[in-house]
Amino acid sequence: MIVRPIRITRGSVTRAAMLAVPVAFLGVFFVYPVVSIIGRGLAPDGHLDLSPVADVFADAGLRKVLWFTLWQASVSTALTVVVALPGAYVLSRYDFPGKRVVRAALVVPFVLPTVVVGSAFLGLFGEGGPLSRLGLEQTATAIVIANMFFNYAVVVRVVSGLWSHLDPRQEESARVLGAGRGRAFLFVTLPALRPAIVAAASLTFLFTFTSFGVVLILGGPRYATLDVEIYRQTAQFLHLDTAAALSIVQLVAVIAMLVVAGRIERRHHQALQLRSAADVARRPRTRRERAVVGLTLAGTAAFLGAPLAVLIERSFHPDSGYGLGFYRALSELRRGSALFVSPLEAIRNSLVFASVATVLAIVVGGLAAFALASRRHEPGRRTRGLDALLLIPLGTSAVTIGFGFIIALDHPPVDLRASPWLVPIAQALVAAPFVAWVMLPVLRSIDPRLRDAAAVLGASPARTWREIDLPIVTRSLLVAAGFAFAISLGEFGATLFVARPDYPTLPVVIFRLLGLPGGLNFGAAMAASVILMLLTALAILAIERFRVGAIGEF
Amino acid sequence: MRRLGLLRLAAVLLTTVSVLPAFAQPATGGGSDTTITLVTHDSFNVSKRVLRDFTKRSGIDVDILRAGDAGAALNQVILTKDDPLGDVFFGVDNTLLSRALDEDIFVPYEAPALARVPESVLLDPQHRVTPVDTGDVCINYDKEYFRDQELDVPRTLEDLTRPEYEGQLVVENPATSSPGLAFLLATVAEFGEDGWRDYWQRLRDNDVEVVEGWEQAYNEEFSGSAAGAGDHPLVVSYASSPPVEVVFAEPRPARAPTAALLSTCFRQIEFAGVLDGTDHERAAGRFVDFLLSKRFQEDMPLQMFVYPVLEGADLPAAFVKYSKVAHDPLSLRPEEIAQGRDRWIEEWTDTVLR
Amino acid sequence: MLRVRGLEVRYGDRVALAGVDLTVDDGEIVSVLGPSGSGKSTLLRAIAGLEVPARGSVAWDGRDLAGIPPHHRHVGMMFQQHALFPHRDVLGNVVFGLRMQRTPPARAEQRAREMLDVVGLAGFEHRNVAELSGGEQQRVALARALAPAPRLLMLDEPLGSLDRPLRERLMIELRELFTGLGLTTVYVTHDHDEAFALADRVAVMRAGRIEQVGTPLEVWQRPATEFVARFLGYNLTEAFGDGRVGIRPDGVHVARAAAASGSGVGGVDGVVVARAFRRDHFLLRVKVADGDPLEIAVTGAPVPAVGDAVHLVADPDAVVRFDEGTPPPQLP
Repeated sequence: MIVRPIRITRGSVTRAAMLAVPVAFLGVFFVYPVVSIIGRGLAPDGHLDLSPVADVFADAGLRKVLWFTLWQASVSTALTVVVALPGAYVLSRYDFPGKRVVRAALVVPFVLPTVVVGSAFLGLFGEGGPLSRLGLEQTATAIVIANMFFNYAVVVRVVSGLWSHLDPRQEESARVLGAGRGRAFLFVTLPALRPAIVAAASLTFLFTFTSFGVVLILGGPRYATLDVEIYRQTAQFLHLDTAAALSIVQLVAVIAMLVVAGRIERRHHQALQLRSAADVARRPRTRRERAVVGLTLAGTAAFLGAPLAVLIERSFHPDSGYGLGFYRALSELRRGSALFVSPLEAIRNSLVFASVATVLAIVVGGLAAFALASRRHEPGRRTRGLDALLLIPLGTSAVTIGFGFIIALDHPPVDLRASPWLVPIAQALVAAPFVAWVMLPVLRSIDPRLRDAAAVLGASPARTWREIDLPIVTRSLLVAAGFAFAISLGEFGATLFVARPDYPTLPVVIFRLLGLPGGLNFGAAMAASVILMLLTALAILAIERFRVGAIGEF
Repeated sequence: MRRLGLLRLAAVLLTTVSVLPAFAQPATGGGSDTTITLVTHDSFNVSKRVLRDFTKRSGIDVDILRAGDAGAALNQVILTKDDPLGDVFFGVDNTLLSRALDEDIFVPYEAPALARVPESVLLDPQHRVTPVDTGDVCINYDKEYFRDQELDVPRTLEDLTRPEYEGQLVVENPATSSPGLAFLLATVAEFGEDGWRDYWQRLRDNDVEVVEGWEQAYNEEFSGSAAGAGDHPLVVSYASSPPVEVVFAEPRPARAPTAALLSTCFRQIEFAGVLDGTDHERAAGRFVDFLLSKRFQEDMPLQMFVYPVLEGADLPAAFVKYSKVAHDPLSLRPEEIAQGRDRWIEEWTDTVLR
Repeated sequence: MLRVRGLEVRYGDRVALAGVDLTVDDGEIVSVLGPSGSGKSTLLRAIAGLEVPARGSVAWDGRDLAGIPPHHRHVGMMFQQHALFPHRDVLGNVVFGLRMQRTPPARAEQRAREMLDVVGLAGFEHRNVAELSGGEQQRVALARALAPAPRLLMLDEPLGSLDRPLRERLMIELRELFTGLGLTTVYVTHDHDEAFALADRVAVMRAGRIEQVGTPLEVWQRPATEFVARFLGYNLTEAFGDGRVGIRPDGVHVARAAAASGSGVGGVDGVVVARAFRRDHFLLRVKVADGDPLEIAVTGAPVPAVGDAVHLVADPDAVVRFDEGTPPPQLP
């Protein structure tokens, strides 16, 4: 046996330093709270009692919940990937007028509160809706469709992030070698895209695995997911033991899924010849190409646009003639209440929280991605584990995290209960893994010899990072930042369930309005939703305007 | 120049971050000696003027912490009882009261104004909790529908199982919805431990629609709401829904488009209490007094859409004009609810959903 | 002067370099020749500091470079497939090393333009590197490596992807360029023509070791081991009845089968099984009774056709004997 001396190179020190930030962040704001709340459930008096976990599997009802959770997440993920690939293709390979707006608009569904989307879908599927004849109300199909609606953008944007840099000549050379269009795609492009597809599918799976509102609203009470059950057991029944057992089951399932995804991703991971997006995309030339672009865009518009159109139409007062009445109501209703928020204030709160969360997410997620991607040769065991660990917060019930916050973060030095920072931190917990996960495939696709070449030309590791990694990954960093921003605008996560000072964001305003009878309240909620949609699209357009200049579209 | 893009992005984001501390102090007025924290649920509200006057008169500032829905808020208070989140908790109702009392989260405080509160809402003789408001959960119906169909409006819970009302009722899941739970309790109160499951079986046979939350039931499934495109003329909602439907309509109708079936009402009573472990017990007590003041009690109906408990507190005109109050609502004792609640929900799920 | 001593590099349990010694004098061009997987690229990477050796040393002018990171070694390197920065244009690539040296921008750009001129790419400054042909990319990579005036230039299969005529032209050009600039150069290739054409000395590698170092002529005429001989295209045969020897393809003469048996050393009969035209000669594959077929180069007519019986006579100068007869020691 060869005993190898442990070498502490400058690279490994840098890597450790970069990893320290995300590890500390996840440790303090995820592991510690979640372990605390699970501990409170399973070891209330210091003795660990795992029998509630066994009880979960013994209970036929809960087994059904577990099975349905997995089923709907898997089916939704598979279908979303299939449906979104054409969109990713068109956005990567073709230029067309308004492309930037389309890219930004795609993200709108992702940020809308589920209550609102649920309402929009009910407007389509429900009684009296244009699609009511499909009989989809309160069916698993409706859940799957809504999941696809939410996550379409995730797949399109993550996949096209890589696709728009893939050299089309690889596919062309396969075509010259006699492969048909389909085979060239299947054997050349698809394998090259696999890391991005796996990344997008993992995210979609996690989002759907923990989907809460969609299932409640569209599936009706007959369909429950683990997240719904954890919410009931924690927030309603205070059965912390059952909730802890369910949380463990959820964590184990998520980790298992991540390990599998990680395996697939690594097996097919390859350094690719990447090109700048500007070189890859071009105007559609032939009639066939124009048809492909046109049909795909039209299909996307129909799928994503129909529910949004319902919202927009409702916000303009369909009953007694169209007008801006609901928008006025938004700033006038209940103005005298102590907890009244003007729309402007809600927008400002939303933007501030989203900005803070985005900064946190980029710092934490970005450092994690760079640290994980910067290993050489054999990937180290430790970092492999971290790869998967990173995404676990996405697959954890918001209630578990939120209640964990409440009982764990209550003493100095991290006394954050009831601090406004809780909101962006909780959001960053979801957004940071997202950022890392979007950037990792691109970072890993960078030919390591580019870094070697820079080093030999005199660039220090830090300089190499700034000159090579950062510019090349900027595009996906911006995509990730856009999503991080969107995630926080949409107020995903734990903050909905925890005590928080009152800085109401737009989604909170929407929730409050929907909670009251009266046409004005409902209409104003629709108006606020439309404002949220616009805000999202504008924010993403603005974020993507930032480019790292000299490197063009990369 | 162009390469500054990322730096500029960072700069913009950091600038917005720096705004945050600027409004990290809740804006509830200043110049006072004491600040207390009110922990409550997401439906709490009060008029700005009313709260400001309290601060002005008492010198007590109030920070408001919202903690999710009523169940989530109470559970957080219970979980943090060793190191309480605030000084006063508002929002535990009779369906959850015994959990709160069993967990010893409150210290007794007997408000002088309790003398003017009806006996029926005083559920804790030790005054660990103080009743603040009541709200009745009742079946609401769409007046226009029954007029157009020339159909009699159902009068009792039993009527709802009759064939002419087949497929007309939408209810909320008691496992996730507070009015849904209240309605389940109403049926338990009406039909007893032995009869309520059979009643629900008959409701199910009569094609009752179950949805998860009030928003969906009322806004999407109910035909009587202004928003509703739904085709169910009967829904589980609140006795206050008809007047609220009028208040938030434009233009305001002369008569409420909906009404409550008073024989189906279950009364929810909401309580406040001073949290054990507070450093401001006196100020917390004064805030509880404030909750029972005429000023607050009269402000409440149009802020939280509930009814005052204080005798002599006047209801807003819209409430008087567009709604009636059930005189003998259905009810269960908190201990009965505590013992039965979780089991009833399980059994209800078995009966209605599986 | 570069001096490599006992250099060992491991990737996990795999030994990539198993004790390499090599010296390159100032201004000298040394070619490292070997089949793929023999450790040539690893040797370059270790010299550049991109690999950390498990044992041994790399020294420049007597100073050990251990612990000095790549960016402080002042070496230039041309990578296989060039490793051009896709996010920078041609000028941006070439000027990169100068920027890292903090050369004032104006001077750096001027120097980069000169380098582009040297490699014949003047006017390409703002082209996107992805749009260039293979040859153009190779020149950009060369200009990029040369621009910071490295004290040692290393090239890893720089002509690998180019077509043959271009390669042959560039071989000469590169040698001219390197000697003209007085550059100390290590040049890695698997093509012995390329190595011989360019280098002052050639080092042949096998499985992480150097098997032989010498001038191109020495290596070509006197391969030290069977491995080197076979790699250079020698026939390894016992057909001439003189024990196992190596014979250069151009050191075997053909006589018609019937004629003049007995002239020359040994002599062996065989049948032509394949014939290929190679510009200035024909390459024949001749099946002999004893052992592997022989490959021989025939210049001048008549050239036997496939199926002809031939009598082969070896030129004594083209015959090499190996003393060792044992394979190199097993790696640990």
